[in-house]
Order: sequence, then C-alpha cells, then structure tokens
Amino acid sequence: MNVLVLAEHDNTLLKAQTLNTITAAKQLGDVTVLVVGHGCQAAAQACAQVEGVSKVLLADAPVYEHTLAETWTPLLVKLAETHGVIMAPATTTGKNVLPRVAALLDVQQISDITKVIDADTFKRPIYAGNAIATVKSGDAVKVITVRTTAFEAAPALGGSAPIETVDAVDVPTISAFVSADLTQSARPELTAASVIISGGRGMASGENFHLLEAVADKLGAAVGASRAAVDSGFVPNDYQVGQTGKVVAPDLYIAVGISGAIQHLAGMKDSKIIVAINKDEEAPIFQVADYGLVADLFDVLPELSEKL
Amino acid sequence: MKVLVAVKRVVDYNVKIRVKTDGTGVETAGVKMSMNPFDEIAVEEAVRLKEAGGVEEIIVVSLGVAQAQETIRTALAMGGDKGIHVETDQVLEPLAVAKLLKAIVDKEQPDLIVLGKQAIDDDSNQTGQMLAALLGWPQGTFASKLELTDGKANVTREIDGGLETLSLNMPAVVTTDLRLNMPRYASLPNIMKAKKKVIEKLTPDELGVDISPRLTTLGVEQPATRQAGIIVADVTELIDKLKNEAKVI
Ligand SMILES: Cc1cc2nc3c(=O)[nH]c(=O)nc-3n(C[C@H](O)[C@H](O)[C@H](O)COP(=O)(O)OP(=O)(O)OC[C@H]3O[C@@H](n4cnc5c(N)ncnc54)[C@H](O)[C@@H]3O)c2cc1C
Ligand SMILES: Nc1ncnc2c1ncn2[C@@H]1O[C@H](COP(=O)(O)O)[C@@H](O)[C@H]1O
Repeated sequence: MNVLVLAEHDNTLLKAQTLNTITAAKQLGDVTVLVVGHGCQAAAQACAQVEGVSKVLLADAPVYEHTLAETWTPLLVKLAETHGVIMAPATTTGKNVLPRVAALLDVQQISDITKVIDADTFKRPIYAGNAIATVKSGDAVKVITVRTTAFEAAPALGGSAPIETVDAVDVPTISAFVSADLTQSARPELTAASVIISGGRGMASGENFHLLEAVADKLGAAVGASRAAVDSGFVPNDYQVGQTGKVVAPDLYIAVGISGAIQHLAGMKDSKIIVAINKDEEAPIFQVADYGLVADLFDVLPELSEKL
Repeated sequence: MKVLVAVKRVVDYNVKIRVKTDGTGVETAGVKMSMNPFDEIAVEEAVRLKEAGGVEEIIVVSLGVAQAQETIRTALAMGGDKGIHVETDQVLEPLAVAKLLKAIVDKEQPDLIVLGKQAIDDDSNQTGQMLAALLGWPQGTFASKLELTDGKANVTREIDGGLETLSLNMPAVVTTDLRLNMPRYASLPNIMKAKKKVIEKLTPDELGVDISPRLTTLGVEQPATRQAGIIVADVTELIDKLKNEAKVI
C-alpha cells in the first residue's frame, strides 16, 4: 500500500506533528511525504531525512504559498490515483483540507485516529474522548487524519529519501489569502512541548498570565489555556486546549484555575502527569490529577516560580 | 440574499455520556438532546446578518430522526424563516450529510451556507468542507469573524498559530468556531411565532441521494480511566513529588 502523508511545515522546518503522522502511516505501508508550499525546499529536505520515509514529493509553487484548501485539493485528489491512503495530522490545516479531498474522492474520511488495527480498521475518539469507536472502512481509498498525541514521533534523522518535484494542478481562484495574525512566542509550541502550564478563568485577567509565564520560564514549558480564559480575552485563541482546541499529551500538564470541564479534559487527559492547582477542592480537575494542590493560585504561582 | 444553516440534534454538551454495556454505541435513550453548540452559533450568525440588512431569508436544515424537527423549531425561534427536515432513521455519516445538503442547495440556491465546525457527538469536523467540495465553492472553516462585502465573504479563521483572514467568492461555505458570537436565547413570543413557520419534509430518496454508510462500527468502548492521585499539602511537597516521584522536572 502506498501511503501519502501531507506534511505540516513552515517552508523551512517540519512541524513535529508530521513525525507522529509518519509513524501512523508506516503501519499501513510505504510512506511518501508530500510537501506543498512556496520556497519549501528546506522542508522537503528535512522530510527526506526522516527515518522510514521512502519518497518525498515537493510541490513548490507561488500558488501554494498559503494553505488554501481550494488550491491544495486538486493536487491531493490527483495523487490519490497512485496512493491508497491519504493522511494528515489532525491540525487545523489537516482538518481543513482533507475532508475536501475525501468528498471529491467519494470517500468517508476517518478523523482523528488513535490506533491502526489493520489496513481498514481504526480506533478514534468520539464524544470528546468519552468513548472510543472502532471503525472499519469499506472505501477503496482511505482518507485519514491522525491524532498525533497517540503516536510516537518518527526519528527526524536516519533516512535519505529521494525528492521528486510535482507540478501544480488545476488551481481554482475562488478564494484568496488576505492576512495572518500569528501569535509570536519564544516558548515551545503547545503540541510539541513536554511541559505545559495552562490557566483558566481563575487567572482573572490577561496580565495575571505573567505569573504563569514565570513558572513556564523555569520549566521550559509552553503556556496553554481553557476556553473560558480565551473567551475572556486573557490569551489568544491558539492557546486553547480541549475538545475543540488543541489536543496535547505532555509529560507534565499543570492546570491552574481550571475547573476540569469534559471539553477541557478531552484535550489533556492523556498527559503523563497532571497537576491541578485550584482553590475549590470539589473541582472535577482533581479527579484526573496525579497531584492536586488546593490553594489560591495567587499565592501558589509566585512561590512555585521562586522555589523551582 | 439567502442563507442556509445546517443544525444537528446531538446529546447535550452537559451530559456525561455512557457507553452501552454491549459495546454497540453510546446510550441516547432518555438522555437530554440539544442543538449542536456550534450550530447555535451558525444560526445566530445568520440572524445577525439578516438584522444588519441584505439577507432576505434564512433556511434551517436538519437531517435525521423525527425529533430533529424540535431542533429546527429552536432555530426558527432564534430567527430562522423556514425549515427543511430530511427524515431518516439511518445513521448519517458526514459524506452522506454533505450529499443531502448539496441536493437541498441545488434546489434552494442560497448565497451562503453556515454550518458548525464540528458536531460534538461524532467529532468529525468534515461536513462543511465536504459540502464546499461537492459544490465547488470556497470554504471558510473555523470562523471567528465574518464580513460580507461586494460579493465576497471575508472570513477570519482560528488556526493553530493564531488567526488568518481569507477572502472567499460568494456563494461560499462557512463553518463556525466558538468565538464567532454568543447565541441568543429565543424569547417566548418568538417561540410562539416559530410554531407557525413552515417546515418542509423530505426524504433521502426524494432527494435521490444514496446515504449508505461507508464505515462499519465494530465496537464502542470506554476510554481508559485515570485514577485520581493525591492531594499535596504545599508547594514544597509538590516540587518534591514532581522531582523525585514522577521525575518529570
Ligand atoms: C461545544 C463546546 C466546546 C468546548 N470546547 C472547549 C475546549 O476546547 N477547551 C476548554 O477548555 N473548554 C471548552 N469548552 C468550555 C467548557 O465547557 C468550560 O466552560 C471551560 O473549560 C471552563 O473553563 P475554566 O475551567 O477556566 O473556567 P471555570 O469552569 O469557571 O473554572 C474556573 C476555576 O478556577 C478556580 N479558581 C478561581 N479563582 C481561583 C484562585 N484564585 N485560585 C485557584 N483557583 C481558582 C475555580 O475554583 C474554578 O474551578 C467547550 C464548551 C462547549 C459547549
Ligand atoms: N444530521 C445533520 N443535520 C444537519 N446538519 C448536520 C448534520 N450532521 C452534521 N451537520 C452539520 O455539519 C457540521 C459538522 O458536523 P461533523 O462534520 O459531523 O463534525 C455540524 O455542526 C452541522 O452544522
């Protein structure tokens, strides 16, 4: 089986989620990685070095500069003629592009797989991860997004795959990129971090997040948030962890002033160690925490950053 | 201008679901059902566009069992004008939903379609993108802002790195994220008025759409549950545990 993995990259570097997706892909067959973008030669070279990759396809063209589902889809649909599986990490890019491809292939996509059972059968979470379904696909081509926290990262070095260039395919002009407002941060990305400290409504304001950041600095941690903290404008949207935000599984997740709603737990309950800091001892977050501290976060955070 | 909104009836987001003991699915008998939260946001956005002028009609569509009509009524009470219910007892996968919606779109010819980004039961996050593909229309998924100007839909999207704004030719498909708006509660007079609004009834057969599922669910299980750990006394003990017991710092 030929498996095509759509790489997530910033033209130069591969995003870590691509490595997890490659691990899932390897369980299904021979892995080809597709790098789409403009000026993305370096990212293609990075892909070629990933252990277990057989081939890299590079679609480098000005029309692919922005991740527009409308422009990328015809290319993926064409490549499905020679690949039995089309796979992408379940990032906002993968979630945006792959269903469009699946529909044109007349395939029912399988979203967010956490386990490969055989070539047709997969596990995936439903109901915010409160149930796990085992589904078998009857479609000839499989279109799959991967929950990256469920698969180890493939080693970034050790491979030496050939790079082939592919031409742009039938690019429609029904949509255009206008602008981006990306969060600038020197911290690790949420989905790649081994330690995360997240704040909730209990933080009370955006300014108070500097208390969290002081602890994050000591731990080399990424900073996340609950929906309530994002909705209240304390931090940008891309901090949100949960059913409808990012799914993370770091070695250590510290939840501060977060009650532990099922939608939040859906995004972090597979973390190795969970710490909860909350002044309400009844807060549901304590039911999933390995270590709970019942206290006022405004006392705890300064003390924590001082003692670490 | 005509706007079409798709609303799904799902288990209410506050319900703690239970997996059936025979492993065939999730218990829905006697469980509170509501409109998918993202679809409430979709209805609200359509109603706000109408209130701002320029939209003449909001058509609300739901597909599924007979009770999906209640979900349509809720949307009509929020400000929808007309309902369409495609009734079936069969399980509908996103591809089948997208095909049914396309058949309705071909009849109704809306200029804009608004859906939720994700149904909180199947968590698929596919239908809007699939519908846009089948129609050959552009898509603005995970929208946190929508502006219509000169035949274009300007959509600000929530993406992993932050925000991104796209300009889409109309007609277009938009899917909603949580921060697009705060849905209103329907007022009592509007609930009464909604009872008189028309809900057209159709079947997948009448629309000529094959809805046979492509996936077979072999089983549904409960995820591994986490054991609650211990409560530590203070910051010093917490640091000690993380260093020496869990060894994560
Ligand atoms: C469709 C849908 C999708 C959703 N998706 C997500 C999602 O992806 N991610 C997500 O997080 N949520 C999501 N939610 C929202 C979720 O249901 C909760 O509303 C949200 O997680 C609550 O955030 P919170 O815990 O910060 O706030 P709250 O529930 O208000 O909890 C605040 C906590 O802070 C504690 N606290 C207050 N002050 C202090 C103090 N000084 N010291 C210590 N503790 C203090 C309180 O005791 C309380 O437990 C979603 C909801 C819906 C309907
Ligand atoms: N049975 C349905 N009836 C009406 N709309 C639906 C149905 N299923 C899905 N949708 C729409 O598609 C969106 C995404 O659903 P999904 O792709 O299943 O996550 C939902 O938020 C709804 O707007």
